[in-house]
Amino acid sequence: MVILKRPLRFIIATFLACLPLVSFANQEVDSAQVKVEATHEVAAEGHHEGAHAEPTDLKSKIKAFIGHHVLDSHDFSLTQDDETGESWGFPLPVILWDNNELHVFSSAKFHHGKEVAESKGNYYAINHHDGKIYRTDASGTIHENEETGFPTNVRPIDFSITKTVVSIIAAAILMFFIFTSLAKSYAKNGGIASGVGRIFEPLVVYVRDEIAIPNIGEKKYKNYMSYLLTIFFFVLFLNIFGLTPLGINATGNLTITFSLAFLTFLITNLTANKNYWGHIFWMPGVPKPMRIILAPIELLGVFIKPFSLMIRLYANIFAGHIVLMSIIALMFIFKSWIGSPLSFGLAFALSILEILVAFLQAYIFTMLSALYFGAAVEEHHHEEGHH
Amino acid sequence: MEKLINQFEFGLFFWQVLIFVGLILLLKKFAWKPILDAVNEREEGIKNALESAENARKEMQNLQADNQRILNEARAERDAMLKEAREMKEKMIADAKGEAQAQGEKMIEQAKAAINSEKNAAMAELKLQVSTLSLSIAEKLLKDELSNTEAQTKLVEKMLGDVKLN
Repeated sequence: MVILKRPLRFIIATFLACLPLVSFANQEVDSAQVKVEATHEVAAEGHHEGAHAEPTDLKSKIKAFIGHHVLDSHDFSLTQDDETGESWGFPLPVILWDNNELHVFSSAKFHHGKEVAESKGNYYAINHHDGKIYRTDASGTIHENEETGFPTNVRPIDFSITKTVVSIIAAAILMFFIFTSLAKSYAKNGGIASGVGRIFEPLVVYVRDEIAIPNIGEKKYKNYMSYLLTIFFFVLFLNIFGLTPLGINATGNLTITFSLAFLTFLITNLTANKNYWGHIFWMPGVPKPMRIILAPIELLGVFIKPFSLMIRLYANIFAGHIVLMSIIALMFIFKSWIGSPLSFGLAFALSILEILVAFLQAYIFTMLSALYFGAAVEEHHHEEGHH
Repeated sequence: MEKLINQFEFGLFFWQVLIFVGLILLLKKFAWKPILDAVNEREEGIKNALESAENARKEMQNLQADNQRILNEARAERDAMLKEAREMKEKMIADAKGEAQAQGEKMIEQAKAAINSEKNAAMAELKLQVSTLSLSIAEKLLKDELSNTEAQTKLVEKMLGDVKLN
């Protein structure tokens, strides 16, 4: 955490120094609205009549772009051209379970959300705002709740291989190849790692010596090693993937962090011993009335711990992406010679910070998981004041 | 909050759990177990190697101490031998001297005895010679006085009887 302080302070200071420039630039954007094209009218004519109007000015377009980036999507688009409405990328398979029927088709049918896809007599459209698939009528109308703004259309259960699924599969395959090659290199090279896996061997040893053994204990850490190592590298790889220009945002996706935290929650509570439950429901070493008060608090803690894991990872990565993309977008908002170097410098500094965050968050997630496992299997009795 | 909950996607959750649990199991079998085993084994190996190096060092020290001791012993032994040899030499010289002296004395004794006996023999010879000579002298002397042979002989015998030759 100490390492974080300096760059953070630096970035905040730079940010503050640039604030006047930003407010000045805003006016410029307003006057530059003439440049905005009407390409989206074509896109909007399909199914968005009922929805909010398409963003037209540059600032809201950037906002929408960033908003879409952090969401999951049904196709893997690497870049797009606003002038022509073209995208470069590839479609992904859409798998829906609706009306007890399996619908499988390519996301190319949606034309990047601009058209309605038909499968087995049902019509489906992608909602522009949350990037999710809804069942619609043939023209693709999405009805929205007046108060909340959420669509009221029926949602099929969506098992699609989305961008996030592709990236976790890619991370899984990459991990599998790296670590099996590392495992094999030991036998070939007489107990010394060789090849690309060698870079990761110190991290493996670090997870064992600095995360697993101190938190879980010499006796039981071996049972959890596979999980801790997998989660560490999985989160790390996905965090790093998120920093590549591929536009992947897997660990900044709530569902992903939820499932990781969920597994930690399951493992913690399924492997917990009597001592752990004793500490929750009948805290030893405190007066009896206090025990009754403590029990619900402790029980709540069981759920709050993984919940905090989920939110911490999600928020860190999500916020990192938003800030990084906003800073990159400054380049387009400024439209002056100062914009690009400033934006580049800030984005560069922030990217370095994000790399640190990528490692740090992977470490923290693993560390806290190990801590919870350690608490669940602790044998000896502890003094009060420990939770 | 509602927006967050709305972000939850069951399909994605399903894929994530499936892929992640599969990944854990696969990596456990094909990666983590062999990697951790290899690392442990290597660490054990390093520990053992360090230990045996330490042992070897100690052994070396012991060996050196032993060598020193043996060397000292050998040196002491050599000194003892040299001393013994020197003593022996002195003793031999002393012995030889004593013997030579004894021998010399003995030889001197013998020579003295021989000289004595030779002297006695020479004396006897001398006596004989003297008696013969004196007899012949007396004969020659007395030949002239043969007239009085009887008286003369008596005289001579009387004289001879008086002379006690030793």
